[in-house]
Amino acid sequence: MTNWIDACGADDIEEEDVIRFDHEGRTFAIYRSPDDNYFCTDGLCSHEQVHLADGLVMDHTIECPKHNGQFDYRSGEALRAPVCVNLATYPVKVEGDRVLIEI
Amino acid sequence: MNTRDYSLLGPDAARAVDTGLAAADWYHTDIPRKDMKALMKREDQPAIRDTVLLFGLMVVFAALGIALWPSLWSVPFWLAYGVLYGSAMDSRWHECGHGTPFRTGRYNDWVYQVASFCMVRNPVSWRWSHARHHTDTVIVGRDPEIVAMRPPALFRIFINLFGVLDALQGWKRMLLNASGRLDPEEATYIPESEHPKVIRVARIWVVIYAVTLTLAVAMQSILPLMVIGLPRLYGAWHHVMTGVLQHAGLAENVIDHRLNSRTVYMNPVSRFIYWNMNYHVEHHMFPMVPYHRLPELHAMIKHDLPAANPSIWAAYREVLPILRRQLAYHDDFLTRTLPETARPYRADLHQSALGNSAADTSTPTAVPAE
Repeated sequence: MTNWIDACGADDIEEEDVIRFDHEGRTFAIYRSPDDNYFCTDGLCSHEQVHLADGLVMDHTIECPKHNGQFDYRSGEALRAPVCVNLATYPVKVEGDRVLIEI
Repeated sequence: MNTRDYSLLGPDAARAVDTGLAAADWYHTDIPRKDMKALMKREDQPAIRDTVLLFGLMVVFAALGIALWPSLWSVPFWLAYGVLYGSAMDSRWHECGHGTPFRTGRYNDWVYQVASFCMVRNPVSWRWSHARHHTDTVIVGRDPEIVAMRPPALFRIFINLFGVLDALQGWKRMLLNASGRLDPEEATYIPESEHPKVIRVARIWVVIYAVTLTLAVAMQSILPLMVIGLPRLYGAWHHVMTGVLQHAGLAENVIDHRLNSRTVYMNPVSRFIYWNMNYHVEHHMFPMVPYHRLPELHAMIKHDLPAANPSIWAAYREVLPILRRQLAYHDDFLTRTLPETARPYRADLHQSALGNSAADTSTPTAVPAE
C-alpha cells in the first residue's frame, strides 16, 4: 500500500538542486529541476551506495559525487558508466508550499 | 615485516572486504553546499581553450618533426610532441574519464577516446579500473592503480619513464581483448554487460595500428610510428614523474585521503600537461570538481589539509628517501602532519597508520613527512 509523505518545503530545494530525505529507514533524493518541477528517486547511487544528495544536478541529470556516474532523475535511467542499474523513482506532488512523495 | 599481495584476487583483497576497508566511508572536509555547487559547476570554455591549444601544439610539433625528419633538428619537436602525446593525454584521459572538464558530455567522450588511444588504455576497462581506484584508494588488494607498491618496484617505475612496461602491457591487453577475451583481474571490476564494448574498442585500435605499421613498412621508415605509437614511450616521462607523487611513500589501507595522497605545487607548464592533478588530495576528496576549479578548492580547504609540497623537486626529496627505505622496511611510510586548524585524523580508524600502536610490533612505522 502506498501513501503520500510530506517530505519538505518547496523552497527548501534551490532550482537545479537536490536534497536528501530520510523516512522510516529509507533514504531518498528529491530534485527541483530548472523548469521548477519536482522529482524523487532512491537516495543512494546504484553503483556503490553513495548518497546522491551530495551530487551535481545539471539540467535533468544527477551526477554521483563519488564516481561521476549519471542518471536522468525524471526516469531514473542510468546514463553514464560506472552506473548501469537504473534508480527507482517515486511520484511527487506539490500541495501549497509542501512537497509530497508517494512511497 | 608484513608481506603484501597487491593482486585483486589475493588474500589482501579478501581481507580488505572483511575488515570494512573496501567501499568505506571516507573523510571529507566540510564545505557549505552552496560553495560546493559553485565549484562543481560545469562549463565548456576552459577545456575547449586548453584542448584547442593542446591539439594545435601537437599538430605544429608533429609537422615540424616530419618536415625536419631525419635531421637531428627534428628531435626537439619530437620530444615536445611526445610529452603532449605520452603525458598530457594521461591527464586528459583521467579528467575526461571523470566527465568533469567539459559541460557538454560528448566533448568529454571525444577527448576521452583520443586520450585513451594515445595512452593505450582501453577506454571501457580503464573507466572501471579508475572507479575502483576512487572507491578504494591505495587499499591493498582492491586498488588496481597502485604505482609504488611495497617494496617499491623502482626498476619498473624507472623503465616506465620511457613507457616500456605500461605501453607493452597495454598493447598486449589490446591484442587479448581484440581476440574476444578479458584478463581475469579485469573481469573483477568490469560488469559483464560492458565486455563487448571492451572488445570492440580493442579491435578498432588493432586496425589503426595495423594501418600505421603497414605505412611504416611501405615507407621503409619509422616516421609513421613516431607520430602514432612510439610517443607513448618517448613522451611518457612527465606523466610518470608527476604520477608517482600522487600517493608514493604515504599510508596504505586508510580511509582519509589526507593520509594517502599528496598535493604538490607545480610550475605552469607541468600544470597544463597534468591538468592540475597536482591538487591530488583535493581531487580525491571531491572528484566532481573540474580541473580548472581545483586551485580554488585548494584555497578553500587547505586549512584542513597537510601542507602541500612546494615543488616537484621538494616532493621528490621527500619521496625518494622513503621509497629507498621501503626497499628494506616494507612497513615504513610517511605521515603527513596536519595544521592546527585541521580536523584531526580519526585515530580509532587509523591507529596503525598513525603509528601509535606501539604494542603491536607488526605495526607499520610512520615517519614524519618533511
